[in-house]
Amino acid sequence: MQLDEEIEDKFELNISITNPEKVGDGMNAYMAYKVSTQTTLPMFRSKTFTVRRRFSDFLGLYEKLSDKHTLNGYIVPPPPEKSIMGMTKVKVGKEDNSSAEFVERRRAALERYLQRVVFHPSLLQDPDVRECVCVCALSGAGFLKMINRATDSLSKMTIKMNESDVWFEEKLQEVEAEDQQLRKLHIMVDSLVGHRKELSVNTGGFAKSVAMLGSSEDNTALSRALSQLAEVEDKMEQLHQEQAASDSFCFAELLADYIRLLGSVRASFDQRMKTWQRWQDAQNMLQKKRETEAKLLWANKPDKLQQAKDDITEWEAKVTQYERDFDRVSATVRKEVLRFEKEKARDFKKQIIKYLESLLQSQQQLIKYWEAFLPEAKAIA
Amino acid sequence: MQEGLDDGPDFLSEEDRGPRAVNVDLQTDATLQVDISDALSERDKVKFTVHTKSTLPNFKQNEFSVVRQHEEFIWLHDSFVENEEYAGYIIPPAPPRPDFDASREKLQKLGEGEGSMTKEEFTKMKQELEAEYLAIFKKTVAMHEVFLCRVAAHPVLRKDMNFHVFLEYNQDLSVRGKNKREKMEDFFKNVVKSADGVLVAGVKDVDDFFEHEKTFLLEYHNRVKDASSKSDRMIRSHKSAADDINRIASTLYTLGTQDSTDVCKYFLLVSLPLQKIEARVAADEDLKLADLLKYYLRESQAAKDLLYRRGRALVDYENANKALDKARAKNKDVLQAETSQQVCCQKFEKISESAKQELIDFKTRRVAAFRKNLVELAELELKHAKGNLQLLQSCVGVLKGDT
Repeated sequence: MQLDEEIEDKFELNISITNPEKVGDGMNAYMAYKVSTQTTLPMFRSKTFTVRRRFSDFLGLYEKLSDKHTLNGYIVPPPPEKSIMGMTKVKVGKEDNSSAEFVERRRAALERYLQRVVFHPSLLQDPDVRECVCVCALSGAGFLKMINRATDSLSKMTIKMNESDVWFEEKLQEVEAEDQQLRKLHIMVDSLVGHRKELSVNTGGFAKSVAMLGSSEDNTALSRALSQLAEVEDKMEQLHQEQAASDSFCFAELLADYIRLLGSVRASFDQRMKTWQRWQDAQNMLQKKRETEAKLLWANKPDKLQQAKDDITEWEAKVTQYERDFDRVSATVRKEVLRFEKEKARDFKKQIIKYLESLLQSQQQLIKYWEAFLPEAKAIA
Repeated sequence: MQEGLDDGPDFLSEEDRGPRAVNVDLQTDATLQVDISDALSERDKVKFTVHTKSTLPNFKQNEFSVVRQHEEFIWLHDSFVENEEYAGYIIPPAPPRPDFDASREKLQKLGEGEGSMTKEEFTKMKQELEAEYLAIFKKTVAMHEVFLCRVAAHPVLRKDMNFHVFLEYNQDLSVRGKNKREKMEDFFKNVVKSADGVLVAGVKDVDDFFEHEKTFLLEYHNRVKDASSKSDRMIRSHKSAADDINRIASTLYTLGTQDSTDVCKYFLLVSLPLQKIEARVAADEDLKLADLLKYYLRESQAAKDLLYRRGRALVDYENANKALDKARAKNKDVLQAETSQQVCCQKFEKISESAKQELIDFKTRRVAAFRKNLVELAELELKHAKGNLQLLQSCVGVLKGDT
């Protein structure tokens, strides 16, 4: 990932999450991850440092950041999803492929999450972020609060806004359309991963049966060719397995990340609408207070008049303040969306290249295997 | 005799639309050439146009065609199996019944779901399903053709009267499919035959060659069966994965054409190689490996059937010998027993003689067919992998160069 252009030229910042380790036993066990930072940014005391963090620490970070910054229109990156199933297997000590895969997926997702947070120029300034990467103790371990607070509320948004700036309306529509498409894609990629894993298993089964066939074939050259074919199919089993992993890690995880991120984008739009609503409500309240004053003047009740005048002053100030807030949040949302789109383009490009390169490698391997087999087939007589 | 005769099913890949190439060594067989020059798929049947070119005096013309359906091929095959004269030959396996049910069902489902997908998606899926239908169709034509060519190439079977009627008689042969009772009879016949087969197989053969063949064929047949079913399973998974990739590529394409942002450009770019890569390989593996294995599953069964018939004849011969000894001992019905024993002896020896050559030819054919198909499979895999590699490399190049 690249730093925002302002800082990019001057400073370096590399963050990685590695070495997942199981701490404790039974249902209280958890995975601890090593967070390593290497940087030349002056805000940090040293150039390289590491801490150990667990999943709930990252959730805690998200909550803090969300509480502070979403209401200002910032797009706060969401953390990876909780998974009761996945973690239970790890806690119970099931040392199999799927739990190893789960831990690796989570490690990579946490790394991407932290990188997104840290490379956000505004969020980087937040002391909680710094605390996450370089101070030992963080918020209490062991409790997982309900996340999705800001993103939950968005589904109940029914504010009808008089949009003065059509940019926001169009953008929101784009975001919603994209969310739909990405979800569709994600389902398809998941299906692909499943089928490829199945293909890998079936290729292995086929390889074994070809080997058996070869051993009962009484023509020597054909027998040898068949056992070579069995070996090629064996290698294909491996290739399919690796390709499935690549489909999953490069593609599926990317889509999942962006489906969650789009949720945060929607949240920032909703936040803007909330501030608009607050401004409108204040205007309505001001109107009411003015009506009250007028009524009191007409009814000639001088003692309550002062209160009414004070109220008007108070609400006039609020209207001004809330209008400024709305403008400020709108500007932030706009800036954030543009930044998000740039980052998205970079991210997708990187992952697509990575995915294509993995496909490329597969093809190169395929060529190697079949080129080695061809002379054996030709030698059959 | 049958040297160089390639009976392995040779199916066209979708690219090749030239004359169907069932490679038959025509040097020895110029007197009788058979092929299926045309085929028509109707609602629930397929009509094959069987075309014959022959210099044999038995036929009224030198070149002629008739229309035949699957049941008539089965009738011909069964008439060979039931003919005692042919007990000593490997009867070419009958072609499988044309089965378009699955394909038809898919096309129907597509029609029903037309409203729920975009026009592009619908057109694309329709094209795919039609291509699949066409591939199944070509395969069934090739299977029926291979059967006829094997018969035409066999020095004895080619002279069979029923075969000539099949080729020449230009009316319907009025061969109906078996009714329920006949099917039940067949079923019981098979049960009895397998039980008998086990008994017969248990008798040790004095002749080393046949004893070895018996053991070999039993094991070989079972392993081909296993390999065939495993290859089918593998190919189904491959097809599912290829279908997924096609859907993904279509969605990416749709996403990519929505507007001209960078991300859309990338989606568009990556959808192109994805669409080409997987489907091809799945189709070709199907043709080469699976069909080869399926064919040799049926041929090895036919070879086993030959061994069974010989074994049966041997048991009959040995029983006739014992009966003769008994008759001589009792001095009762000796002449009858002698005649019976002679008949059995002749039958057994006749079968043994031709069976040996048949089994040797079977081996030669099998080795040649495997060689041809394995070489072609490897060459196809290489061709596609190299093509894919180029496509992927240029795609990555464009993406990396785009700043």
